[in-house]
Amino acid sequence: MQNKILCWAVLAVFVLASFAPVSDPIVAQEDVSLQLPQGFQATTIIPELGRNRHLVVQSNGDIYVKLDKLKDGAKGIVILRDANKDGQYEIASSFGDYAGTGIAIKNGYLYASSDDQVFRYKLNKKGEVENTDKPEIIVTGLVKGRQHQTKSIALDNAGNIYVNIGAPSNACQEQDRSKGSPGQDPCPILETAGGIWQFRADKLNQSYAEGTRYATGIRNVVGLDWNAQANELYAMQHGRDQFFQLYPEMYTEQQSAELPAEELFMVKKGSNFGWPYCYYDQYQKKKILAPEYGGDSKKQGRCEGVDQPVMAFPGHWAPNGLLFYTGKMFPSKYKNGAFIAFHGSWNRAPLEQQGYKVVFVPFGKDGKPSGDYEVFANGFAGAGVVQSPRDAKFRPCGLAQGPDGALYISDSVKGRIWKIVYKK
Amino acid sequence: MKKIVSVVAFIAVHAAVLAQSADKASIERGKTVYESTCLACHQADGSGVPNLNPPLIKTKWTLGDKNQLINVVLKGLDEEIEVDGETYHNVMPPLNYLSDQEIADVLTYVRNNFGNKASAIKEADVKALREK
Ligand code: HEC
Repeated sequence: MQNKILCWAVLAVFVLASFAPVSDPIVAQEDVSLQLPQGFQATTIIPELGRNRHLVVQSNGDIYVKLDKLKDGAKGIVILRDANKDGQYEIASSFGDYAGTGIAIKNGYLYASSDDQVFRYKLNKKGEVENTDKPEIIVTGLVKGRQHQTKSIALDNAGNIYVNIGAPSNACQEQDRSKGSPGQDPCPILETAGGIWQFRADKLNQSYAEGTRYATGIRNVVGLDWNAQANELYAMQHGRDQFFQLYPEMYTEQQSAELPAEELFMVKKGSNFGWPYCYYDQYQKKKILAPEYGGDSKKQGRCEGVDQPVMAFPGHWAPNGLLFYTGKMFPSKYKNGAFIAFHGSWNRAPLEQQGYKVVFVPFGKDGKPSGDYEVFANGFAGAGVVQSPRDAKFRPCGLAQGPDGALYISDSVKGRIWKIVYKK
Repeated sequence: MKKIVSVVAFIAVHAAVLAQSADKASIERGKTVYESTCLACHQADGSGVPNLNPPLIKTKWTLGDKNQLINVVLKGLDEEIEVDGETYHNVMPPLNYLSDQEIADVLTYVRNNFGNKASAIKEADVKALREK
């Protein structure tokens, strides 16, 4: 009897032990060293700021960083300054009670966005914001869903501001991200989101009635910039997720990790890039009908006439920053080309995650890429494989160009900012 | 007397062990459900995706009230909730196409993985809520 109990007890201990907790997966943050092409150098100008999003550099060298997820009364715009010119930046001041993503400087004004408004602040002769408490409201009342809620901004040279309004949805299904739920046709989201809207940069309190839907069929954009040489707007789309989870009979896990492409658009007035009905398959090199709308991973159907990307990138890399380089510091091949900051994937699991790098795309005078993309800065995530996004030590998000032509890269994990310079 | 005590002890331990091995089977089945249904968003290690999908590591949902947890899977979640002081921007779709048993299994797996330790969820618990 005693023996039997002992046996059961031993077995019980054994069974319980097999439920023992696995080790804590949240890894300690440490430093990384970035890999750059020959002649380039990176320095950390501020190690930990906050939830960095986009950033912009003023002609006097001050850096304005837009922050998201403000905690404990933190402000949404931080000014960094290198007062003693030692290469390390300090927080000079901060203002704005709203979190957000977009920030830009144009014609003597600083523009910044929350998730449903765009504000502007007048800059004085010294290039400083005078009235930090009372910005003018340029755009208001924009759709802000729970997903794809951030607003990126870009300004042209004709007095317009462009704002992306992300679709609060993956593929416009009746029940978002639910297996078996059909796509809504027409997709009602496209009336007020899923595109880029154009407003005047100097008119107050504009909303949908005063703006123009400049381009549609765009799921979500974070990287948005004006290419002054081509005189056109460009945007990086975040492609849809979850082919395998929603349509396991049509896509393998591998295909679902690679598809659809992240797309670089040259956005013209009236462009339609096809979301949610179509997606770009970088292997078949065409827009394919989405499975929610009767697609079978090959059929084009209604997607035949839809506008094409000017370049396609691997799936789910999450392009969060786009910058056309106009500086004089970098070698001439970089002039008027595009830098793209990829925040890094999550929707490739169970395969290893990818992205987490900054790439460069050379551009020709015709406003089209003149060659393939190349990796410009890598190593943000750290040395090991990124199995889960939380393994990534840093994730590139925003890009900016300094008055001397240096490139600035912001990170959203710790709030680091790097300055990249070129030395012959 | 001594004999009765040992018999009671035997039955208790026996029952506990049987329950444990039933849980173990449930956890094993739950792992498969997790991999096909939850892993894409909550990741293989349950750590989620910063800003988008919350972690399933010792959160008040995973370890807390069973009914609340079952309802997350049955009804989904698309409102601002705070998980360990952070908010998340993706939606959790209702996964009510899973059977009662599959939901019980996957939640028992989640409650006994990623460093979590909590009691099993039973098929009957899910059934009762689905019928409400
Ligand atoms: C499409 C992505 C997605 C899938 C698939 C998914 N979840 Fe979630 N889950 C979320 C999001 C996003 C939230 C938070 C929703 C919110 O903030 O309103 C969440 C919240 C939760 C929560 C409560 C918060 C927490 O972290 O403790 C639990 C528990 C949970 N999910 C478990 C599961 C389980 C179990 C499965 C599979 C059966 C699953 N989820 C599948 C995205 C997903």
